[in-house]
Amino acid sequence: MPNPAQHAKVENRHLLSGNEAVARAAWEAGARVAAAYPGTPATEILENIARYPDIYSEWSVNEKVAVEVAIGASLAGSRALAAMKHVGMNVASDAFMTQALAGVVGGLVIVVADDVGLSSSQNEQDSRYWGRFGHMPILEPADSQEAYEMVKAAFEISEVHEVPVIVRMTTRVCHVKAMVSFAGERIEHPAPGFQKNPQRWVMTPANAKPRLPLMHQRDQTLRAAAEASDLNRVLTGTDRRLGFITSGAAFMHVRESFPNAPVLKLGFSHPLPLEQVRAFAASVDTLVVVEETEPLIETELRAAGIVTRGKDLLPRFGELAPNVLRPALKPLLGEPVAIPMLAQTGVFPRPPTMCASCPHLGPYFALSHIRNLNIVGDIGCYTLGAGHPWNALDTCTCMGASLSMAHGMDKGRGTSDEKKHLVAVIGDSTFLHMGMQGLLNMIYNRGNVTVLLLDNRSVGMTGGQENPGTGLDLHGVEAPRVDFVKLVEALGVRPERVRTVDPYQLPNVVKLVREEIKMNEPSVIITDRPCSLTDRFERFKPYTVIDEQCTGCGNCIDLGCPAIFVDRRETAPTKSGKTKELTFARIDSSACTGCHMCVETCAPLAIVQLTAPPQPAAQPIQVHRHAH
Amino acid sequence: MRTNRDPDAVTNILVVGIGGQGVMTAAEMLARAALTQGYDVKKTEVAGMAQRGGIVSSHVRFGPRVYSPQIEPGEADLLIGFEAAEALRWWPHLRPNGVAMVNTLRIAPPIVSAGIYDYPADPLATLVATGLEVHAFDAGALAEALGNPKMVNTIMLGAISDYLPFPAEMLKACIVDGFRVHKPALAEINARAFEAGRAAGHERTHNAD
Repeated sequence: MPNPAQHAKVENRHLLSGNEAVARAAWEAGARVAAAYPGTPATEILENIARYPDIYSEWSVNEKVAVEVAIGASLAGSRALAAMKHVGMNVASDAFMTQALAGVVGGLVIVVADDVGLSSSQNEQDSRYWGRFGHMPILEPADSQEAYEMVKAAFEISEVHEVPVIVRMTTRVCHVKAMVSFAGERIEHPAPGFQKNPQRWVMTPANAKPRLPLMHQRDQTLRAAAEASDLNRVLTGTDRRLGFITSGAAFMHVRESFPNAPVLKLGFSHPLPLEQVRAFAASVDTLVVVEETEPLIETELRAAGIVTRGKDLLPRFGELAPNVLRPALKPLLGEPVAIPMLAQTGVFPRPPTMCASCPHLGPYFALSHIRNLNIVGDIGCYTLGAGHPWNALDTCTCMGASLSMAHGMDKGRGTSDEKKHLVAVIGDSTFLHMGMQGLLNMIYNRGNVTVLLLDNRSVGMTGGQENPGTGLDLHGVEAPRVDFVKLVEALGVRPERVRTVDPYQLPNVVKLVREEIKMNEPSVIITDRPCSLTDRFERFKPYTVIDEQCTGCGNCIDLGCPAIFVDRRETAPTKSGKTKELTFARIDSSACTGCHMCVETCAPLAIVQLTAPPQPAAQPIQVHRHAH
Repeated sequence: MRTNRDPDAVTNILVVGIGGQGVMTAAEMLARAALTQGYDVKKTEVAGMAQRGGIVSSHVRFGPRVYSPQIEPGEADLLIGFEAAEALRWWPHLRPNGVAMVNTLRIAPPIVSAGIYDYPADPLATLVATGLEVHAFDAGALAEALGNPKMVNTIMLGAISDYLPFPAEMLKACIVDGFRVHKPALAEINARAFEAGRAAGHERTHNAD
């Protein structure tokens, strides 16, 4: 079958991202099942696998489920793959930590993407720890070509050694487009079917215990395999003063910065091929380990008595790009390099904003105008509510944490929280990923939190993927759609306390939040407008401001809509003789998609549709202005 | 076409702008054109949450062999700025003899509109004052004149096409042929947009004394 993906190529040289290369490799390797939950920078792996009809692929509700789906397929004898971002590995770990003990049948590959440099993540983790923790081999591609080759190799290693294999990518591999040559067609690996064997697959203490020595034995076999693997290779160099041991994207930076230095490039980096390392170390004057991000290889070298430099000179976080490596390491050669000082351009920052017509704007307008709230947040576009101008999100930790942390904040109230109401803000996909349990827990333990379930019918931040709440599956095919009202009622929220609201109807949103925070029991307020970047969004006629009618109250600016700008500021005397600041607004009608929210903030009816005559507006919303 | 270059040198092109402006598409077209010329090519983006109005920078590197995908400060041969302040933000990435091709469009984010930060008074004058070779023009106005505001991307690619180590026609063919296959109705206007940009890109911008 030809590759159905659209990409540029010349003869057999294809321009592919690391994520695209993983998908191609999975297809060629005969994978039959693939599962993932979206997460930057791994999202496109499954989106590309979905283009291959030979592979059953799905968006799972979370990463643990995705890995379990892949494990089940493997036990049936199918080659299977699960993909996730680094923090997804934390969620998935319960599944693979035990399955690594039991082992696998069909090749099982876990592709994890570490967001080195935090382009779009809440932390920076080194997922290579999981290989050491769970006794699983680690492969580390440095570019798209290697991502392709190593995913294919990973399936082989997994089957030979009956172990899940981790392919550790980083943002600078996932999202870099580079040349890939792929020769092969798909090689089918038909599944023989599940062979019942309770002693092997039922991990009771009695069955698990005998697996422990086998797992440790397997570590030794894997180490021998790493010693013999051509995924680890030495690049000879003419200048042997410095010799580098490196893995992943850091290899490219080393090669760029020290083109003549010998390099031991570790692709199969765990278990570490110590004999190769010793031989290499003996061949160079000074050994340097360059790895992103934690000193894992380096620590093992030191434990083995091998003298090396590494994190004593290099940062333990962030990308080790050439402009980091050169100034840190050139002094070892007696060549001091000034740390490049970028000229200060003084240009303002441009933080991400919510979009015009974003259905989260309404709820955040409400939250930013209601006093005495502790607002516990979650992972998604609505995390932006922590920023200007709303300043209406007080925590963000991990997927699903909003409900449980709010519950804990309620139970652990301090003296200054006495009059505070607890609000949890979570999106549809995050709620289904890991938020439901927090709600069930809160109900069971008689907590009292007002939950804003912002259902925009998509996984917004990662690019609008489907989830069980959208009515479509990964392939865009109609799928059963969860009913959030029934779901939260089933978890125990009283029907009277489940309120649905159109987030564009600002007065209703403000009124509902005000009502529900006063209740002495959990409430769930569910919004029902789609993400304005998805096909589900319906554009309306754009609005404009009649300048002569604008009184400068600034209410519409408080919405935080990126299509509304401050036109000018003036000061005016108040009745009491003080001076008040006026903020006159202007709407960029080309960016406005006509959601109508700003109209509801405008008492003087200065906001009108661009082409149609002014609409009679509803009673303008009354807000108390204060700093949150 | 600029030919006074070391044949083993890697060409570094930095494309910058704001999410939604087509920065990544432009970089993709450059990478594809370089691919057809037989180069090793790498393209990388820093666009974490760019779809939400953030900064986008796309690095394209090509040559006989490319290792690191990132362009280091002071190493870019060409800077393509889709917005004036963004061009100013990224100028330190240019080589001293590099070329900045800038769309004069100004887009102020909400935090500027709200008065928290100022938009630079004259980003182009500041850019020219660095001594770099700056070519700035209003790509939006050119696109309007062509009757399609979406042509900005192709206009900017046309503008830099004579500063590449391979003939401008190669890049043009890549773009126009792509449209012929996927959206044939747009092939002709893209060809005209490319040439309009190409002409506009020749004129170097100077500050008034």
